Amino acid sequence: MTIRLNGEPHELAGPITISALLAALGIDPRRVAVEHNLRIVKRDRYDETMLAAGDEVEVVNFVGGGGHEWGNL
Amino acid sequence: MVSDPLTIAGKTFRSRLIVGTGKYPSHAVMADAHRASGTEMVTVAVRRVDLSDRSAGSLLDSIDESRIFLLPNTAGCYTADEAIRTARLGREVGLSNWVKLEVIGDERTLFPDNVALLEATRVLVREGFVVLPYTNDDPVICKKLEEAGAAAVMPLGAPIGSGLGIQNANNLRIIREQARVPVIVDAGVGTASDASIAMELGADGVLMNTAIALAQDPVAMATAMKLAVEAGRLAFRAGRIPKRSYASASSPTEGMIAAGAGSSRTGA
Repeated sequence: MTIRLNGEPHELAGPITISALLAALGIDPRRVAVEHNLRIVKRDRYDETMLAAGDEVEVVNFVGGGGHEWGNL
Repeated sequence: MVSDPLTIAGKTFRSRLIVGTGKYPSHAVMADAHRASGTEMVTVAVRRVDLSDRSAGSLLDSIDESRIFLLPNTAGCYTADEAIRTARLGREVGLSNWVKLEVIGDERTLFPDNVALLEATRVLVREGFVVLPYTNDDPVICKKLEEAGAAAVMPLGAPIGSGLGIQNANNLRIIREQARVPVIVDAGVGTASDASIAMELGADGVLMNTAIALAQDPVAMATAMKLAVEAGRLAFRAGRIPKRSYASASSPTEGMIAAGAGSSRTGA
């Protein structure tokens, strides 16, 4: 199945949780925020939130900035 | 130095210098510059995780969070909705409800869109955010932002990254006079004297990124900025002398050796 991850198509073997997705990507869940179909998912719900084909997922973190950079959400 | 902390929304900072985390030559230089600046609050941007390159260390590995408070910003947002969405994501990453709110209205100048900014401030204040809006050096919009519940106002000194220094000192002075929340001069500082000028005008703090990060020696410039902010603050509190058009002698005018019968300045 395919989801949209940070704006790009992303292939998954099948429905998985957000926790599993982050683990597969090597991302520390304590350092990111996740938006699932435009809704923020609280960290303690990553284990139980399943992703389905066609879902839109955004994974964001803090990067260097002060003044401006282009938005890319 | 006498204790003179900066308090925003009940949180106290010993340093009145807020710095950014962008444009540094490396994370290591940034960490050294942060230490040299004495800052206790740094701004960070909220961005998509780079999925193609997970090798680069996280920014947060180079920030001493035991000493430094993270202020997520909404840099790069061009609409109220985008800024609100980014603020909510930033809260989720950082687990604090503070946000440096930016809504940009013009690509070339990066001047804020004050209409959208005010709208986003209202929404985020309702949601319990501590909102620090980046705005123009305009006393009227600063007043409206304060009335909308902003915890501080952050008027620009000059366009972001321009290094032009304080362009409208009189407006900043008026903003300070009328505001009941802290005034942080955000953007436009080029060198240490610019930061001092902002503080001498009565600003409660200064926020800068480029002036330190892109200096030839960012760590030395960070030290200079720390001293400049402290000097400006001290001068403001000390109370400067009034400006006058003509000289006022510093040495006694009595007891001059040439004084006496017959001597006269007009004879010179």
